[in-house]
Amino acid sequence: MDLLGTEVMFFGGLFTGFVVYRFTDPRAFALASRQLDILMGTINTFVLLTSSLTMALAVRAGQEGDRKGQVRYLLLTMLRRPSSSGSRRASTTRSTRSTWSPAPRSAPRGCTCRRTRRRSWSSSRSSFFVFYFFMTGLHALHMVIGLGVMAAMVVLANRGRFTPDYYTPLEMTGLYWHFVDLVWVFLFPLLYLVELHK
Amino acid sequence: MSTHTTLHVLPRSVYYSVYAALLVLLLATVGAAYIDLGAFNFLVSMAIAVIKAVLIMLIFMHVRYSERLVWIFASAAFFWLAVLIRMSLNDYFTRAG
Repeated sequence: MDLLGTEVMFFGGLFTGFVVYRFTDPRAFALASRQLDILMGTINTFVLLTSSLTMALAVRAGQEGDRKGQVRYLLLTMLRRPSSSGSRRASTTRSTRSTWSPAPRSAPRGCTCRRTRRRSWSSSRSSFFVFYFFMTGLHALHMVIGLGVMAAMVVLANRGRFTPDYYTPLEMTGLYWHFVDLVWVFLFPLLYLVELHK
Repeated sequence: MSTHTTLHVLPRSVYYSVYAALLVLLLATVGAAYIDLGAFNFLVSMAIAVIKAVLIMLIFMHVRYSERLVWIFASAAFFWLAVLIRMSLNDYFTRAG
């Protein structure tokens, strides 16, 4: 719980920054946000929520000392992982990465004037994508870490390490995983949804 | 964490119903985003996100069945987050220009 408290602060700073910039230049943020693919974002959220369910069921199997159940649900949770980051990658590559990535070498499409091009990089629209890539990237990093931890849990569970009296590592993994899900629950509407009508 | 000795194993149906509720809320938030509610779009989507977060924390993360100390830790984190956001916004939006 301590760790998760610091994690709340860690992501919280980013959320605060995002909100400040959003209200400083709402129009640019709205324009930028609309470049994102809502369907992909929704699928991604669905995948994450599902993996949270299987994780909860894995912890429940731990409480019951059901070794097979632990392994099965952990593997199911891990299975969801690559597909989720895959859909996120798709949602960014389709329209955004080429056009709006904060990386300086790729200029906005159809933009020939050098001055406009340079200005667009300092604009809030690209600062939206700085937040977008940094926050989703950080979130993805957490998922990769979770994946590694879960792989270790599968091995331990398979050896029958977790019994109804002792399944703390499994429970910790679950808490961590649900936290990662929690972050996305707020990221998804903030990044994808709230700007459709500005 | 020593809380699991006080935990009772929840029936699977509880997890499935929470999951179903989360999916309904997901559809609701996407659906609401397409309706123009003005400033309320932001409030509605954040309200739904908070409901989802509370569901995940209370049931999936077992906070509901945990001891008081866990409640204190969990709420302290969000309390400080609220302070952080509130203070920052106070600062930014009361500056001239």
